[in-house]
Amino acid sequence: MLTGLIAQLLNGVQYGLLLFLISSGLTLIFGVMGVINLAHGSLFMIGAYLAFGVASLTGSLWLALPVAVLGGAVFGAVLERLLFRRFRTRAHLDQVLLTFALILLFEEGRSALAGNQFHSVPVPAVLDFSVPVIGGFGYSAYRLAVLAICLLVAAGLVWLIERTRIGSAIRAAAENTEMLNLLGFDAGRVHTLVFAGGTALAMLAGALAAPLQSVYPGMGDGFLILSFIVVVIGGLGSVAGAFWAALLVGLIDTLGKAYLPQAAGIAVCAMMAVVLLWRPTGLFSRT
Amino acid sequence: MRHVSRRAMLAGAALTAGLCRPAIAQGAPLKVGMMLPFSGTYAALGENIAAGFELLIAENDGKLGGRAVTLIRLDDESDPAKAPANVNRLTERDNVDVLLGTVHSGVVMALVQAAREKEIPLFIPNAGNVAATRDLCSPHVFRSSFSNWQPAYGMGRALAARGVKKAAWVTWDYAAGKESGEGFRDGLRDGGAEMTHLLTVPFPETNFQPVLAQISGLGVEAVGSFFAGGGAIQFVKDYAASGLRATIPLCGSGFLTEGVLKPQGAAAEGIQTALHYGDGLDNAKNVAFRTAFKAKTTRDADVYAVQGYDAGQMLAAGLTATKGDAAAAMAFAAAIRAARIDSPRGAFTLSASHNPIQTIWLREARDGQNKVIGIAAKDLADPGTGCKMAGA
Repeated sequence: MLTGLIAQLLNGVQYGLLLFLISSGLTLIFGVMGVINLAHGSLFMIGAYLAFGVASLTGSLWLALPVAVLGGAVFGAVLERLLFRRFRTRAHLDQVLLTFALILLFEEGRSALAGNQFHSVPVPAVLDFSVPVIGGFGYSAYRLAVLAICLLVAAGLVWLIERTRIGSAIRAAAENTEMLNLLGFDAGRVHTLVFAGGTALAMLAGALAAPLQSVYPGMGDGFLILSFIVVVIGGLGSVAGAFWAALLVGLIDTLGKAYLPQAAGIAVCAMMAVVLLWRPTGLFSRT
Repeated sequence: MRHVSRRAMLAGAALTAGLCRPAIAQGAPLKVGMMLPFSGTYAALGENIAAGFELLIAENDGKLGGRAVTLIRLDDESDPAKAPANVNRLTERDNVDVLLGTVHSGVVMALVQAAREKEIPLFIPNAGNVAATRDLCSPHVFRSSFSNWQPAYGMGRALAARGVKKAAWVTWDYAAGKESGEGFRDGLRDGGAEMTHLLTVPFPETNFQPVLAQISGLGVEAVGSFFAGGGAIQFVKDYAASGLRATIPLCGSGFLTEGVLKPQGAAAEGIQTALHYGDGLDNAKNVAFRTAFKAKTTRDADVYAVQGYDAGQMLAAGLTATKGDAAAAMAFAAAIRAARIDSPRGAFTLSASHNPIQTIWLREARDGQNKVIGIAAKDLADPGTGCKMAGA
């Protein structure tokens, strides 16, 4: 029983960290730009398909990771400059329409380029072995590597936001865009940077998840919903909040599926309802 | 004469309709509406079912029961929302005499409903929902494939025969998963063993870790499962990566390794599954069928091709008895029920609820093939619980 619990906690942490990669971008984009990006789950999906494509062509998943990060940054910057910039000050409903349209475009594009099949992505050969965890249950080395990469990225992100000059600009932008201009930063550049970074994180998460989840149409939908829950629980715009909330959601979701499968679907939503009643602005909200 | 009872009216109307039915104009071809997935995830299945069916018709020089057959293809896209409209197009616009379809369990229900209401014979060449040959059985509905219960029952029996006492079933939380779990439970029970746990994952999620981490603590000797397509690929790979296979072998309903052995690779090697068809079935009919199918399509035949071919054989049996009149419902159904279908899977007959009474083969995944290694359950019939066949 206890050993089972330890394995489930590990599963929950690993799932939560992957959720963090996706939701950190979502919360930053919302916090800094005030944009609700429904297409964020599609960016995750694009990252996964990119990994599938790169891995099939070159045989190397490792190559897919930098491609996803750099490609994501460029793609995000282009999206921000061409579209999101114009929608930053528009009503939320307009933003929802824009990002919903993007979901449809991305899905159609995916269908045209990669088809509607389910594709499995092989784990890199070096990590294709399993590490015994407890009892007869082992963990694939790749899964452990993903866990480590997510932790590194999380630490790097927190350092960047809390300790660097650009991080203070991002935090200032979240508070007040005018103030940012007065401080001598170019607010537009900060927005582009944040959107590029958020997109890169979502696509990196997709690329990392590809061998764990396989790639298939609409694979980002479930993650999008969970990511929104993470953002709401953690407090809109708070990266540290997203980190702890993602771990919490990952653990609750995993433990729910393991010990209360009948209620697994609602466990996370019930928790969100409780948090909203108790602290309506989220656990780590600055206000 | 103040009122004619509604029942009498209906009876009268039915009688008149019967009398007015035009005698089959000799030479008017029989229209078969093939409602199958020709696009999307199940496109390959739909194509092989259609090709198997067409092969049977071609072998009979384009005629069944002396009547020429025309095929009308309709892509159902495996979309349940579009299913009623698609069925209507076939029955109302194209006026088909016979329906053939389909793969998806949700879509097939619209076909079953039409067959029951409009009394058009329906042949189901894949979808395994038990209801079609249980509560919702009908004299007009025939299945050439399987019920979800059957392959899993065979797997349970085979495990029990090997001396396994306790096993768990892992599946998606949806109808096909639940129905196959019941088969597994019944098969184990009839062999003197027990299904101690039923573990489910929300459909169509592929994060299997929470379930896998529980398995070593359950005290079971084997794990059976029902997943298909992409879920089957991922589950088999994750099960292998968890290291569980060394102590707790994985087995399943045949769809766990059907058509997905290549992407599963080494993770699938040695997995045993049960299904009504398999690779290397050594009977003359199967050899001839596979050769003919390959010659016609350049593809290798699979279980779906067999199911399409046998749907054709069942239709042929009915039409031969009625000299090409598919609307002579009683004689048509009686002939199909009496027929012994000489299938590539091994000969079978239909149960009272119109589902094949068939041998479920035990197979083992070896070198990219699901090799038949024995019999899991001989001449197995679905229980057909709740089937009340009116007018049969």
